[in-house]
Amino acid sequence: MKKFLIQAAWPLAVFVVVVTAWDLCCRWLAIPAYVLPQPSAVVRVVIERHQTLWNAFCITALEAGGGYLLSILGGVVIALFFAQSPLIRRSFYPYTILLQTVPIVAIAPLILMWFGSGLRSVMLVAFVICLFPIIANTTQGLISVPRNLIDLFVMSNASRSRQLLKLRLPYALPHLFVGLRISAGISVIGAVTGELFASSNAVGEGGLGYSITYANSQLQTDYLFALVLTASLLGFLFFFSVTALEWLCLRKWHESAMKTDAD
Amino acid sequence: MIPTAHSQPPFITLDSVTKRWSNGATVLDGLSLQAERGEFISLIGPSGCGKSTLLRLLAGLSGLSSGSVKLDGMLPESAREIMSFIFQDATLLPWRTVRSNVELGLELEGKTTESQRHKTSTELLQWVGLSDVADLYPRQLSGGMRMRVSIARALATRPKILLMDEPFGALDEMTRDFLNEEVLRLRENDQFTTFFVTHSVAEAVFLSTRILVLRAKPGQIAGEIRVPFAYPRTAALRSAPEFLRLVGEVSAALRSVQVPSNPSNPGHP
Repeated sequence: MKKFLIQAAWPLAVFVVVVTAWDLCCRWLAIPAYVLPQPSAVVRVVIERHQTLWNAFCITALEAGGGYLLSILGGVVIALFFAQSPLIRRSFYPYTILLQTVPIVAIAPLILMWFGSGLRSVMLVAFVICLFPIIANTTQGLISVPRNLIDLFVMSNASRSRQLLKLRLPYALPHLFVGLRISAGISVIGAVTGELFASSNAVGEGGLGYSITYANSQLQTDYLFALVLTASLLGFLFFFSVTALEWLCLRKWHESAMKTDAD
Repeated sequence: MIPTAHSQPPFITLDSVTKRWSNGATVLDGLSLQAERGEFISLIGPSGCGKSTLLRLLAGLSGLSSGSVKLDGMLPESAREIMSFIFQDATLLPWRTVRSNVELGLELEGKTTESQRHKTSTELLQWVGLSDVADLYPRQLSGGMRMRVSIARALATRPKILLMDEPFGALDEMTRDFLNEEVLRLRENDQFTTFFVTHSVAEAVFLSTRILVLRAKPGQIAGEIRVPFAYPRTAALRSAPEFLRLVGEVSAALRSVQVPSNPSNPGHP
């Protein structure tokens, strides 16, 4: 516990310094609140509008989380397909790279146009943006099983499905988690971006992304700040949950989890 | 040990085995060899002589270009049930405990119940002196201990043929000597027929009934040395004069097949 406090002390100190500097800047330079609100104003708006913030948080969490879970499912299935042969990888891999290189702000309006501007479409945007890291990392894990381990299974006359279940999948698990950690944060980016293009009536009250455009148009910069912070919090929560899950799954046997023992 | 005209066919027969890579390079060239039940045959030779390839051919992990391999009357692929392979590294599954790793072969075979497997692994772990670490994970063990787990796993399926590809090459000498004695002790119990690839002459002499010296490019048997010492062999054998004499003999045979260093390559002072 003491060690944890010491470890937490440094980022906390950075936080205090930054917020203080921010507050002092606002006062001394007399920056108008619609350009840069004081920290206290942001705190006030969080307290005042906590109900709307909470609702927006829930909507975006649902969209990002749904897209994220879908991308895990889809990504692992595609990776299993890719792991079957180099020919399959050579044929399809270039197109999955498209997922990564085409900007999501360009895809999002298309998806919303095709599938309607509802919650499910926003989920789809999050799904698309999360997919590549999971495909790429899981495929890498599945195909990098050492030759000798495969030979060991061949010597035991293990079927392909057993080899997959008892060797390739567990071997790829740490790789999958790398993908999961990357995608955890960007799922929120996907959902928020999707909402920027969704109309309010379709998303009801609207998630964080919709609220951000609204706050921006109304010059409610303090509320905008509150929304951005909430979105970061959501991404952080996702990331933290996945890291915790990873620790639970790998702590006993994987080198990456072992490092924390030696710390 | 020497087959007579009317005895049953040898346990293992290799008949003019040739192996070429797809680029045309010949790894093994017309190699013939017979082994009887319970023999411990070491394969020794310069790198590139095809000793590991020979082992993989026996295991059916690699196909022949021509010739034939018969193990107890079967082709290598069909003989896998009576074979175990021990690799250069321990090749343990890091997500399984020591016990679960030992049980892997039996589990994949699918002929045993969980309680049977548990009984076998308990017995084997006791045998190799790893009962205390049964519930640990491979990363928590030393290199020597991991190798012992690997050996226990190979023996769990009660193989009649054991193929070992330089299993102790990465270990320090003391651990290696200890494990050599361990292998002989386990052999007393199970009488498996062994093919053992090694770079260490002393190890080969200590373990084997027969040593085959291979030459490279193309891989062929250059010489055969029978090791006359009776089993069980103990550590004391290593300092016996006749042991040292035989080590010298094998070393000389090995030197004679060593490819001379490339003369066009100017040596550094």
